Amino acid sequence: MKWGVVTFPGSLDDRDAAWALGLLGQEVVQLWHKDRGLKGVDCVVLPGGFSYGDYLRCGAMARFAPVMESVARFAHEGGLVLGICNGFQILCEARLLPGALTRNAGLAFVCEPVWVRVDNPACRLTRLTTAGQLLRLPIKHGEGRYVAPAEQLREMKQRGQVVLRYAAGDGQLTSAANPNGSIDWIAGVANETFNVFGLMPHPEHAVEEALGGRDGATLLRSLATS
Amino acid sequence: MSQDAVALPGEPMVDLALAQAQGLSAQEYRLIERLLGRTPTWTELGVFAVMWSEHCSYKSSRRLLAQFKSTNRRVVQGMGENAGAVAIGGGFLVVFKIESHNHPSFVEPYQGAATGVGGIVRDIFAMGARPIASLNSLKFGDLDHPHTRHLLRGVVGGIGGYGNCVGIPTVGGEVSFDSAYQDNILVNAFCLGLAREGELQSAKARGVGNPVLYVGSATGRDGIHGASLLASAEFGADRDKRPTVQVGDPFTEKLLIEACLEAVGTGAVVALQDMGAAGLTSSSSEMAARGQLGIELDLDRLPLRESNLTPYEMLLSESQERMLIVAERGREGEIQAVFEKWDLHAVKIGELSAERRFRVRYRGQLVADLPVGALADEAPAYDRPAHPIIPPPAPAPVQPRPTPAQALCRLLDWPTVASKRWVFRQYDSLVQSNTVVGPGSDAAVIRIKGLERALALSVDSNPRACARDPYLGAIAAVCEAARNVACVGARPLAISDCLNYGNPERAGVMWQFARGVAGIRDAAAALDTPVISGNVSFYNETHGRAIPPTPTIAMVGLFDGPARPLEPWFKVPGEAIVLLRSGEPRLAASEFQALFGGGDELGPIDLARERALLELLVTLHARGLISSAHDVAEGGLAVTLAEACFNPNGLLGARVALPASGEPWEQLFGEGPSSVIVSLPMARLATVLELAANASLLARPIGEVVALPRLVVEPGIDEAVDALRGIYEGALPRRLT
Repeated sequence: MKWGVVTFPGSLDDRDAAWALGLLGQEVVQLWHKDRGLKGVDCVVLPGGFSYGDYLRCGAMARFAPVMESVARFAHEGGLVLGICNGFQILCEARLLPGALTRNAGLAFVCEPVWVRVDNPACRLTRLTTAGQLLRLPIKHGEGRYVAPAEQLREMKQRGQVVLRYAAGDGQLTSAANPNGSIDWIAGVANETFNVFGLMPHPEHAVEEALGGRDGATLLRSLATS
Repeated sequence: MSQDAVALPGEPMVDLALAQAQGLSAQEYRLIERLLGRTPTWTELGVFAVMWSEHCSYKSSRRLLAQFKSTNRRVVQGMGENAGAVAIGGGFLVVFKIESHNHPSFVEPYQGAATGVGGIVRDIFAMGARPIASLNSLKFGDLDHPHTRHLLRGVVGGIGGYGNCVGIPTVGGEVSFDSAYQDNILVNAFCLGLAREGELQSAKARGVGNPVLYVGSATGRDGIHGASLLASAEFGADRDKRPTVQVGDPFTEKLLIEACLEAVGTGAVVALQDMGAAGLTSSSSEMAARGQLGIELDLDRLPLRESNLTPYEMLLSESQERMLIVAERGREGEIQAVFEKWDLHAVKIGELSAERRFRVRYRGQLVADLPVGALADEAPAYDRPAHPIIPPPAPAPVQPRPTPAQALCRLLDWPTVASKRWVFRQYDSLVQSNTVVGPGSDAAVIRIKGLERALALSVDSNPRACARDPYLGAIAAVCEAARNVACVGARPLAISDCLNYGNPERAGVMWQFARGVAGIRDAAAALDTPVISGNVSFYNETHGRAIPPTPTIAMVGLFDGPARPLEPWFKVPGEAIVLLRSGEPRLAASEFQALFGGGDELGPIDLARERALLELLVTLHARGLISSAHDVAEGGLAVTLAEACFNPNGLLGARVALPASGEPWEQLFGEGPSSVIVSLPMARLATVLELAANASLLARPIGEVVALPRLVVEPGIDEAVDALRGIYEGALPRRLT
């Protein structure tokens, strides 16, 4: 599969995403925020970082970047889009994903490995996992507290759009297992048509045994073979 | 024949009183008048005040620092550039440096710490190296004091806020607390970058007529006199020095990193330098001085953030995220195209000249015309008087003495000893995908992509020992940093040091400094770890009370193969625990002593044995003989054993018996000289003991790893490991939330 990783000014994990995909044998091209074309890629990755410094609201500036017009069109035509961390925030700001990401409940940046539970194993992001499977992935963000209106949340759940949730090592949704106060422990969501995904944990930082394990590779390979 | 610089309308009349208000001494002012053969203009006076400040000129330390050996077969760049560089094989170099940002962080903790990170990062990419890892060393007052909590939150927030946003992982560091730092905290920031051999960038100007480009953020009024008044003077009652602290913009810094490295890639960059302390003045005059050239600047072309800045302010501003580039003549367009891509300024503001003058024009008038040499190498250098300080006697033992178990629990709850997770989980330690071992271990480990090499990084200091004996304490800090690197299995390579001391105009402080430099010199020579970069921070005192001498040592180590680091935790029940030592532990300068008193003087340190211990650790790991290694540091052996039981994959226990001889305090809680605990399969015990004996090291089997998570140490400790971990992990959150 041919992947495009977007670099906004202030993107930080763009090289890491490209590195991880390269290790998985994927073809990767760089996409620049000022570009309008997507170079014929099959999947667009919006990486982690602090696009445009995120001095306003996370992702609020990036959604107006020229490249985002193409990304939105691509998504509406059914193209595969993955937003990781800041990329998730941008997709929410761009209304390509429901909900919003706000300041962590603990009011501090958190960098640590967490357990994430697969709640919907039937979508393109998770097709190589099973329901309830636990993945060990790192988070690193200050604004990852997922929120959405109750009515919207109910519909999302019904459709299976809540794909990943934070959990304890035994799969239970304990309060200690929620690292940022996200509503319903939500760590990752899909759009209604299941071609746009956003998640706060970083799969690209979990593709090597010596560096935090390989659970992230399972998600990236799921997309690659979808 | 040069025309004289002119005063601008409205500028103050320059005289001795004005010079003194800017931090110059009467003697220095008279020297300036003699050098110029006239009275300096207001603008020129400002230039001298910053360039001759302690912070920029190293006038009190320069002669002593010349003792450091900064060469060996691996060193590619020693002192004298923005940072030092060492070859690691495979055609790559590591470039690194540690620097202080103490006073700004006390005045405004978030911005002070943030801009400290920003400054050290610029020093690294100024060398043409991509920054790949950061560390920091932080010293605060008593954590139970509310002001300390405010400072800690601000500093940690600032380091994270800046470091996380520029995409450089903060992979380790040290944090300690002592009331001696109550009114003068220390914030030392370290950064390491990677460069290809032969592609190192220089800050030495070359080529008469080559253009000088200003790149990065526009200039504002922030940070004026940061170097001279904030960094080069004691704190008094007047703490309102906030206007001298700069404000950081990590987003621009990230763009600046990418743009500068891309510009270096064009081959059109002749020299590159950070506009750090003393801003445009120091960056331009130092580049010219290194190249034995002059420089002409036209301030009318300077990108400004606000209008009506005077030449004085433009030259002295410490606005952040700015760099100066000397470009090859005719190729400035290539560089400007790169900066345009990244939406950053790149403006020609002057050029190099053959005549060694620092000439500045503003609105067609010459406002400064100074000999370059007088601003750099010919700045004053002093042999300040030094006189020994007798340390206070060891504190009397607190009565009644605690039981060993009580002492262990108190130490695990003691902020200096306790887990620093509350701090380091606020730092992105993963970005760039190289972090094999992050914060919380003896040393951090990062791999180098595409190369069968990895690096180990540690930063250490031992102010308690330095307060008792500044020479031995400095040696202890070097040895501990080296030991931490060896405990993960890497060979110590080279040092960067940050020398934090009080007011050098006091003979006692100057003596401490001289002894500290001598200690680092001797230890670095004995361990073959040259000092390749560093920074001196004087005037760390408030109301006449100096901090304890605090030389901070950043050590970089190398794995010759791929990273397979040792971890500090016990791994396998039934394995033997062996204590490796280069001498007998003492209570002097220990955390136990700080809590419970007692103890005598520091023991001697045998540097040959220290080196033997490092080599033994590297050999034991390379031959696959040991399962874990953990340095005995703050809190002594009992704390080290407890930490080794805190295996994150599942708690383990240990059963240990120490020889019964007199009081147990030294054995259980004594610190230094060097000790390490290792665990290993029983079947390899004889081999390990033999290798240790051959190296003339003390090696004693003291117990075994057990599956039941209880720590049993004879005499006097029998505790559940999860309870101990609860204390250890809870100590900081309990005080901070």
